[in-house]
Amino acid sequence: MAIEVRIPTILRTYTDGAKSVDASGATLQALIDDLESNHSGIKDRLIEGGQLRRFVNVYVNDEDVRFTGGLETELSDGDQVVVLPAVAGG
Amino acid sequence: MRYDGLLASVGNTPLVGLPTLSPSPDVRLWAKLEDRNPTGSIKDRPALKMIEMAEKDGTLRPGCTILEPTSGNTGISLAMAASLKGYRLVCVMPENTSEERRQLLRMWGAEIYSSPAAGGSNEAVRVAKQMAEEHPDWVMLYQYGNPANALAHYEGTGPEVLADLPEVTHFVAGLGTTGTLMGVGRFFREHKPDVSIVAAEPRYGELVYGLRNLDEGFVPELYDASLIDARFSVGPRDAVRRVRELLEAEGIFAGISTGAILHAALGQAAKSLKAGERADIAFVVCDGGWKYLSTGAYEGTVDQAEDRLEGQLWA
Repeated sequence: MAIEVRIPTILRTYTDGAKSVDASGATLQALIDDLESNHSGIKDRLIEGGQLRRFVNVYVNDEDVRFTGGLETELSDGDQVVVLPAVAGG
Repeated sequence: MRYDGLLASVGNTPLVGLPTLSPSPDVRLWAKLEDRNPTGSIKDRPALKMIEMAEKDGTLRPGCTILEPTSGNTGISLAMAASLKGYRLVCVMPENTSEERRQLLRMWGAEIYSSPAAGGSNEAVRVAKQMAEEHPDWVMLYQYGNPANALAHYEGTGPEVLADLPEVTHFVAGLGTTGTLMGVGRFFREHKPDVSIVAAEPRYGELVYGLRNLDEGFVPELYDASLIDARFSVGPRDAVRRVRELLEAEGIFAGISTGAILHAALGQAAKSLKAGERADIAFVVCDGGWKYLSTGAYEGTVDQAEDRLEGQLWA
């Protein structure tokens, strides 16, 4: 199962500069564990105390996972996951 | 309708149906035309309310200087109100915002301090906070954390939508300062809790997310996730596509951020249609397209427009 994960500039040190990488997992938690196995250290930048870090936003098919079950959000083949730092708008 | 002066005419905007873009008689879309406010954007509501509340509690006194980090619309609204009320206004604005916004600000007498493009509004907030420390006598209204921002929508936008559309099922708005969604969200939680509150958040080019480290991230102090039900990230391509659709199908000439909001609203409409549920989806038209003509979003192909918006703060 291949899911494209878009990596923000600030975390590309963990992906050898790659803007997007493939990973797999039936849930976001499993996907992040799989990411960690290939890109050691990235998990700690995304998760703190079993939750997404405050300034990290993750979107599955453009929807913010905090409203779809958080780390338990289910994933399917072909989904697109985007990771972005939280920044000011307005 | 008659008002004593321009400031009194803020709000009470029309809610218009979208007969062409609504997918069925049971799933309907409604546009709240906030471009009909005095300076042409929804920000007239929070700007005026923030000034009024600050006057009331004594923070803002005659002759004061107001300081505000803004990517444009809030600054323009504040500039108009400040000039009528005799305050000086200093705006901190990211340099990658449209020229029209700068000209409008200057027209209404505001002074502009440009903050670096990298980091977008984050950087503007940081610079403004620093300036506030250097000038303790200046009044920073601070739209990201000022309860008056959300209050303007709790007292105005929300009740107006409910009065015009008692059968409303969804409310969709942009997420920037979060003021609109927090105010309208709280209003509906209290008065019609079955209404779903949907956020559309603009997704910019990489430059805007160029933080030095994740701890520099920013979540507006006003934000309370329990007041919204879904949050979508919308990129420039979908925003441009939808803003053009709105013009072609319904004749509404809106700013680019409205395209992002319409994208989320149409997504919800498709979902409701598929589920066989009735839906009356009200969404916000934040402003007209005038201020964004120079961005190139309205000309040529969608590909070209997307390229031109790269690196710009288009919402």
